[in-house]
Amino acid sequence: MAKVWVVPEVQDQKLKKISLEMITLARRLGDVEAVLIGEGVSPVAAELGNYGVGKVIVADHADLKTYTAATYGRVLSDLIRRDQPEIVLIGNTATGRDLAPRVAQRVDAGQISDVIDYRDNLFIRPIYAGKAFQQVTAVAYPLIVTVRPNVFKAAEPIGGGAAPIVETATVSLTGDDLRVIVRDVVRQVTGRPELTEAEIIVSGGRGMKGADGFLILEALANVLGAAVGASRAAVDAGWRPHQEQVGQTGKTVSPTLYIAAGISGAIQHLAGMSGSKVIVAINKDSEANIFKAADYGIVGDLFEVIPLLTEEFQRALAWNSEQAG
Amino acid sequence: MKIAVLLKQTFDTEDRIIVKDGVVVPEGVTYIINPYDELALEAALQIKEKAGKGEVVLFSAGGAKVQEALRKALAMGADRAVRIDTEGLIADEGIVAAALAEALKPGGFDLILCGWRAIDDGSAQVAIRVAELLDLPQLNVVTKLEIEGNKALAWREIDGGSEILEAPLPVLVTTQRGLNEPRYPNMKGIMQAKKKELKTIPAGSLVPVGLKAKVQNGDTFLPKAKTAGKVYKSDPAAAVQALVAALREEAKVI
Repeated sequence: MAKVWVVPEVQDQKLKKISLEMITLARRLGDVEAVLIGEGVSPVAAELGNYGVGKVIVADHADLKTYTAATYGRVLSDLIRRDQPEIVLIGNTATGRDLAPRVAQRVDAGQISDVIDYRDNLFIRPIYAGKAFQQVTAVAYPLIVTVRPNVFKAAEPIGGGAAPIVETATVSLTGDDLRVIVRDVVRQVTGRPELTEAEIIVSGGRGMKGADGFLILEALANVLGAAVGASRAAVDAGWRPHQEQVGQTGKTVSPTLYIAAGISGAIQHLAGMSGSKVIVAINKDSEANIFKAADYGIVGDLFEVIPLLTEEFQRALAWNSEQAG
Repeated sequence: MKIAVLLKQTFDTEDRIIVKDGVVVPEGVTYIINPYDELALEAALQIKEKAGKGEVVLFSAGGAKVQEALRKALAMGADRAVRIDTEGLIADEGIVAAALAEALKPGGFDLILCGWRAIDDGSAQVAIRVAELLDLPQLNVVTKLEIEGNKALAWREIDGGSEILEAPLPVLVTTQRGLNEPRYPNMKGIMQAKKKELKTIPAGSLVPVGLKAKVQNGDTFLPKAKTAGKVYKSDPAAAVQALVAALREEAKVI
């Protein structure tokens, strides 16, 4: 069996969801081992045993407190050279996209980016921002694969919770590895999930009419625990920040539910959100292109529809939790 | 300040993708400069203008058609261009990066700028691989960039926020939307561009002997055609009720 490494992402000493999603794919590819990199990440190692990870290599060092491509890249590529796994899975997240090509080049490996499926020994990845898909195969190993968040089901714990073998790696960073200095890290404190990881996204376009229009969308997002997205038109108008743009020149998202309000459905926008499992469109214009991409649609004035929708979701979710309780 | 800009020619974002026999059909397609690379070029031009001196050199790997993109970029204000001719080359990102790095080496650039990804294959590897090959630090997915003396200060997009990085020159920077608004070439620029140097180097002379592609593309295919969705046109209250019921009972997403 192939030796498959997963590089989990850890935030506040917790495994991020993408880590468990990568384990799901890794189990299909071979024997799963993990490389934990950071400062104070050692306690997470034991937890990985619950998910069928046989061995965890821990690189815990003060210089790894804040991620940089050079430091994490040094640690990971040294370990790959030493232990020669066939496949290394890294999240296709902001961090993973930064780290993976640096490591791939350093260990002279091929890389397949933004993988969404694996069938018949072929990796599947979207191209043209999801307008088409490409099958890719490795012709040499090691192979680095970055895995799109929200696509693979998160691994469930395996009964018994076998403790993995934990090995502590020696970390030796040189001056060159420390050339990039992280001056500051600013996290947005909206309390909402990240766009690329969110299960539900509520997005607005030109039809929102202004920055204030988005207040009703934010209220809806709060009820659903959703992230807020925007079309290029809304971003270009300055109503929302660039980071929230969904589309070919913005973020590519794959939530379970995508609600598009006042978005006409330009091909660029569709490219960024067509990977969503269920798409809902709300638009005044019944001819809007977005309805062709949507599973469900409401033709109507969004300023009337969205507040009603917020109330209805609130009722439905209250009903859900009553049933669960 | 010597600045290199890595530039890729891509399909127009608005174009429909047509696939035949597992391959994207290139005919009838409009070609553009990868929009993220235009941000890199604009940043390079602004840095040069602010410094009042320096040189902006374009590098692009591709077939003869890429010259159109390079001419446009020269018209925007770049000083000269190098095309790495990849005709007949079986390449993956590692090979393209190796060719680019080899072409960049003699230039002694202080700054290498490139879009953070290309909108066609979206693999986001080549620029970072070039940084590794040239042993440069990387500032990736940058929305704001300041060059002060011998160091670069960059605001980089991360999941759920941003971070501010500092690195010494030379450095490789990849650009993200929000950084600037790329200029359009004007008539004077278009006329001048015709006289600017556009050199072609065969990729074979740059790629190290024995270096082979490590990943191989199989078939390309299109997503399944979407069946028409349910559209509610009734009064808003009834429509909302029907929608939420459908999302719960039929689609089972809430």
